[in-house]
Amino acid sequence: MIQVQNLRKVFGSKVAVDDVSFSVEKGQVLGFLGPNGAGKSTSMRMVTGYFRPTSGSIKVGGIDMLEDPELAKRSIGYLPENAPLYSDMTVASFLGFCAEIRGLRGAAKSKAIDRVLELCFLENVRNQSVDTLSKGYRHRTCFAQSIIHDPEVLILDEPTDGLDPNQKHEVRGLIKRMGETKAIIFSTHILEEVEAACSRAIIIDRGKIVADGTPDQLKKLVPGAHSLDEVFRSITRPDTVK
Amino acid sequence: MKSRDLENTLAIFKREFLSYFNSPVLYVIVVIYLLASMGFTFFFGRILDSDNASLTQPFFFWHPWIYIVLAPAVGMRMWSEEHRLGTFELLMTMPLSPWQAIIGKFIAAALVWFISIALTFPVVITICWLGNPDPGPIMTGYAASFLYALGCLAVTSAASAFTRSQVVCFIVSVALCLLLTLIGYPGIVDTVARTLPASLESIVRFVSYLSFLDHFYEMTKGIFVFRDVLYFLSVIVVALLVTHLGLRAKRA
Ligand SMILES: Nc1ncnc2c1ncn2[C@@H]1O[C@H](COP(=O)(O)OP(=O)(O)OP(=O)(O)O)[C@@H](O)[C@H]1O
Ligand SMILES: [Mg+2]
Repeated sequence: MIQVQNLRKVFGSKVAVDDVSFSVEKGQVLGFLGPNGAGKSTSMRMVTGYFRPTSGSIKVGGIDMLEDPELAKRSIGYLPENAPLYSDMTVASFLGFCAEIRGLRGAAKSKAIDRVLELCFLENVRNQSVDTLSKGYRHRTCFAQSIIHDPEVLILDEPTDGLDPNQKHEVRGLIKRMGETKAIIFSTHILEEVEAACSRAIIIDRGKIVADGTPDQLKKLVPGAHSLDEVFRSITRPDTVK
Repeated sequence: MKSRDLENTLAIFKREFLSYFNSPVLYVIVVIYLLASMGFTFFFGRILDSDNASLTQPFFFWHPWIYIVLAPAVGMRMWSEEHRLGTFELLMTMPLSPWQAIIGKFIAAALVWFISIALTFPVVITICWLGNPDPGPIMTGYAASFLYALGCLAVTSAASAFTRSQVVCFIVSVALCLLLTLIGYPGIVDTVARTLPASLESIVRFVSYLSFLDHFYEMTKGIFVFRDVLYFLSVIVVALLVTHLGLRAKRA
């Protein structure tokens, strides 16, 4: 479903993403790992068509993102990093707006809204203004927006950021379940999540892929390591090191 | 394909238009607009003392100066707010073209001004009750007034595409609108034309011809010239093109 080849993004003189290639098929959940500033969000922004890559190619559902962005974007659901929302809307009206842009109207639209409100446990804030929601609820509202059209491809930038342990558990379960029928990419800093939900994981460091494999394969990369955590620390360098 | 374009534009328009009414800013601006446009008419324009049943001088005369400040106040949130909240990223990863969003938002702001301008109807009632005005100049005056507001709005849209700060957008837009107005202000144009060598006069006249004011006064006199309408439309098109460029630059 997602084919990314030799993706590169340069900001001024800074190389944020350097020659990244990967592909994700239906039924796969790909975890994106890497230290702060590694280029995870930048890669996702290119895959979703927000940033234009400096070079490289992106295909989503067989459609080239650079040639026909509008068509390619239809099959994607995206949760941006800071879960942006229109602060002057209620949860339901925000989801209604997103559904309309996704081409849902009338009964289909209200059904879609009800479905995601239930999936993301938002029913009791349905008519609350987005502005007054707590951080976790805001995050879930934006997550709800990403699955409102039941997309084939889901791209989630830190979907469990700011959620309480119960909700983290729910969202991981949801990602795992949806992963059976969709192609999903999600980024995270919580390594247990990778083991809990991913079929494959990529570790990015300074724009380059430094490891790629199933969670079990990654654990065997470093001799003597017992957890992903140790592997992560030994193959990536802290952001502060030059 | 065509109907989808329209549906997307409509969805953006609807959200944007409703969000104007969710913010107290709009109500404040509309009230100020009505107080200013009608207040000037009755106090400075002395519409009740004059024995001339015309709106050109007492009413429309003030409009450009009001729009220079109030149109950017309405339009400043257009894209700045989108950048500040980060919803711009959300919007640009949805299946719609930037043009649909630009036009949807612009029409929403335009409708806000259409309603505000329509609310000045008491002035028209007063003048009809007092005298027997020529309907021609009133109609072209309103058209000119609306086009002026749209011109200022389009300039604001362009400025807001470049910044996440509404304050910066407001200041830049007011400055640009003021500039576009003043280069056609008769007093200033004449002074500049006199101080510069005669050979440059045609350039000064040409620059003044590019100003909002020049085309506005022509229209309020009751002369509905296609050229003046075309002028405002091209200002809007150019400003929206700049908006598009600004948004593209934001996406690096
Ligand atoms: N619009 C931009 N202009 C300039 N540089 C940018 C821009 N966006 C990102 N960068 C730079 O690109 C690099 C990668 O950033 P990115 O946001 O992709 O990191 P990340 O892996 O998502 O980090 P985190 O884990 O903190 O979210 C950073 O060094 C960042 O400063
Ligand atoms: Mg990030």
